[in-house]
Amino acid sequence: MDFSHSDDRRMLADTLERFVASNAGWQKRAAATKSAPGYDAALWAQYAELGVIGALFTPEQGGFGGAGFDVMVVFEALGSGLVGEPFLTALMSGRALAAAGGREREIEAIVDGSKVIAFAHQEGAGSYDLDTVTTTARADGAGWVLNGAKTVIHDAEGATALLVSARSAGSDNDAAGVSLFLVPAGTLGLTINGYQCVDGGRAAEIVLKDVKVDGAALVGAAGAGSAAIRAAVDAGLLALSAEALGAMGVVRDATLEYLRTRVQFGEPIGRNQALQHRMASVLVEIEQARSAVINAAAALDGAADVRERILSGTKYTIGKTGAYVAEEAIQLHGGIGMTWELPMTHFAKRLVMINHQLGDDDHHLMRYAALGRAA
Amino acid sequence: MDLSFTPAEEAFRGEVRTFYRDKLPARLAGRVRLGQQLTKAQQEEWHAILHERGWLANHWPEAWGGTGWSVTERYIFDMESALANAPRALPFGINMLAPVLLKYGSEAQKAHYLPRMLDGSDWWCQGYSEPGAGSDLAALKTRAVRDGDHYVVNGQKTWTTMGHHANMMFALVRTGDSERRQEGISFLLIDMNSPGIEVRPIITLDGEHEVNEVFFTDVRVPIANLVGEENRGWTYAKYLLTYERTGMAGIGTSTAALTWMKGIAARQKRGGKALLDDPLFAARVARAEIELANLSTTSLRVVASVAGGGAPGAESSMLKIKGTELRQEISDLTRRALGPQAQPFLPEALEEGYNGEEVGGEGSSAAAPHYFNLRKLSIFGGSNEIQKNIISKMILQL
Repeated sequence: MDFSHSDDRRMLADTLERFVASNAGWQKRAAATKSAPGYDAALWAQYAELGVIGALFTPEQGGFGGAGFDVMVVFEALGSGLVGEPFLTALMSGRALAAAGGREREIEAIVDGSKVIAFAHQEGAGSYDLDTVTTTARADGAGWVLNGAKTVIHDAEGATALLVSARSAGSDNDAAGVSLFLVPAGTLGLTINGYQCVDGGRAAEIVLKDVKVDGAALVGAAGAGSAAIRAAVDAGLLALSAEALGAMGVVRDATLEYLRTRVQFGEPIGRNQALQHRMASVLVEIEQARSAVINAAAALDGAADVRERILSGTKYTIGKTGAYVAEEAIQLHGGIGMTWELPMTHFAKRLVMINHQLGDDDHHLMRYAALGRAA
Repeated sequence: MDLSFTPAEEAFRGEVRTFYRDKLPARLAGRVRLGQQLTKAQQEEWHAILHERGWLANHWPEAWGGTGWSVTERYIFDMESALANAPRALPFGINMLAPVLLKYGSEAQKAHYLPRMLDGSDWWCQGYSEPGAGSDLAALKTRAVRDGDHYVVNGQKTWTTMGHHANMMFALVRTGDSERRQEGISFLLIDMNSPGIEVRPIITLDGEHEVNEVFFTDVRVPIANLVGEENRGWTYAKYLLTYERTGMAGIGTSTAALTWMKGIAARQKRGGKALLDDPLFAARVARAEIELANLSTTSLRVVASVAGGGAPGAESSMLKIKGTELRQEISDLTRRALGPQAQPFLPEALEEGYNGEEVGGEGSSAAAPHYFNLRKLSIFGGSNEIQKNIISKMILQL
């Protein structure tokens, strides 16, 4: 048993934390959010140069890290700086491409920062259900014709291509029959309607109307996209959970500082037991959340049946705890906790909105229970 | 990061499992599984089995009969003990008083009392709480006055767990009236058979006799029974309270209780199918399981930190809060799972050798009483609110 990170991983984390501290920040995120692509492209190139994107992939996948604990340290550091660059998009699309196989060139371009490939899987009808795909793919000679819509696809506006899931066989909620396609930006019939998100960053509604792609656009085998989607989501769940952990640390420290310095009735408000106990509970829950993320990081490289269940347990914990920490922090700050200018509130918003990505606590609690029954 | 145990630790786990498979009497495990008290004879029987294997006082120094186990090995032992539904060794002598004697006791006290804890000659109870001194322990009033080579003790202790079985008590008594209340307290070893001691039962809300009131009227205690120095007892008491104990989070106990509860929920029905498959109940169970998985890792993080030379200060407060909340939650689920059949109160079914039918199936009569009994978890050992005070002071520094 050893709960310390290896030296290499610690170094990666230290380097990244320093870089994030001097280059990221909620104001930059808020400013970049106003227009496409929603992040700082020059900064993205620097992250690539530092090797941070490559750290998210194994050597076999085309990176130089890729273990669950690599993903954990990177995203925890990103979360501590509210980094808005498209790391989650890179991780998920890259993992999907790696799982499907035969896409080394695209992964290389993701790792060196030259391409951003948006992960265009989510649809409005299916909520968080991974198998619900109503977008269709019809074989057309050697190529395919795609029709349908995708909802809240992050980083789509600035993407060089979209990794689109579409149904080539089966019915709406089947795991089998889903195929993945690489659709270059600007393809005829592809519409991307972008907007800001509540917690910063940008996403888009995607419409595919008779979008014609050639046979080479198909990623992996036709109808076999589900495994690649699951590989992407597994990694994404860990990443979001670790990012939340980083953000929780910032919110905790800011709130603690406020309790020590804000004076009312002639003494720091942190002298009040009512507030002390709330803060103590926040601390305890954050430690539990850290344990959950450690469990997820260890599970990411493990057997599939156990992995998915543990990842759901972690995302449930993070969803519940993230919102709890955010709400407590705002309450403990009082009026100032309601303001845009207080950095803490932007972390609090991110914590709550992470619960809306890849499944909230209710979704993952039910999934955890269902996977337990199947076992 | 490596969350696995070493091959040597796994081998040790196997050794512990084998021991329980071969040596733990099923009738004792059965009582523990339902959260029922052991009789005095049963407790002594179990102590003797552990002692024979050399594992009774496993955290003591080897010279005094301990095992020399690492923190991790002790964690594994506690975990496996709970999973096997093995009774816990009574903590008062072995886990609580012994560390104090080893650090502050005289050579004569160590040589006399430690072997007697091992061979079962003494059954210890703890004399800390008083009617006016619960969480605020330093408010205690039981007084010991020097008279020649004796102290004369007058006062009252309460919540004395197993005091009706004990022949010895370690007690905090007031010997001085210093301005700082903590400075006038001494640590005394009192023979429960002394004239002037009266033990009266307190029946808890589940109908059990587990705790007592103990009254002292002119009880004479030899000064040789003073531990350490007079008026320095608070230091020893604090040492005892913070003495690191593995298994604080009760991971093994909760795991065993969850398994038991799921067994009940699998045979109970709701809407024509197993209760365990009911979405709402399944979600409640899932929540408890996830909490347990998280707490297990939190607990191992603390163990690893202690094994690496760290001090388990206020982290044990976190484990206490979450561990007790979880155990209470699981006992709540067990009671819910039985539905209407949690209602019958059958004290006779809780006695050893009961062969009658139970309305909700075997062991069901224990569910609701056990739920009520476990309300104590968030109250004793420093209430969970006191633990939050400790976190506020020690970690948050508020």
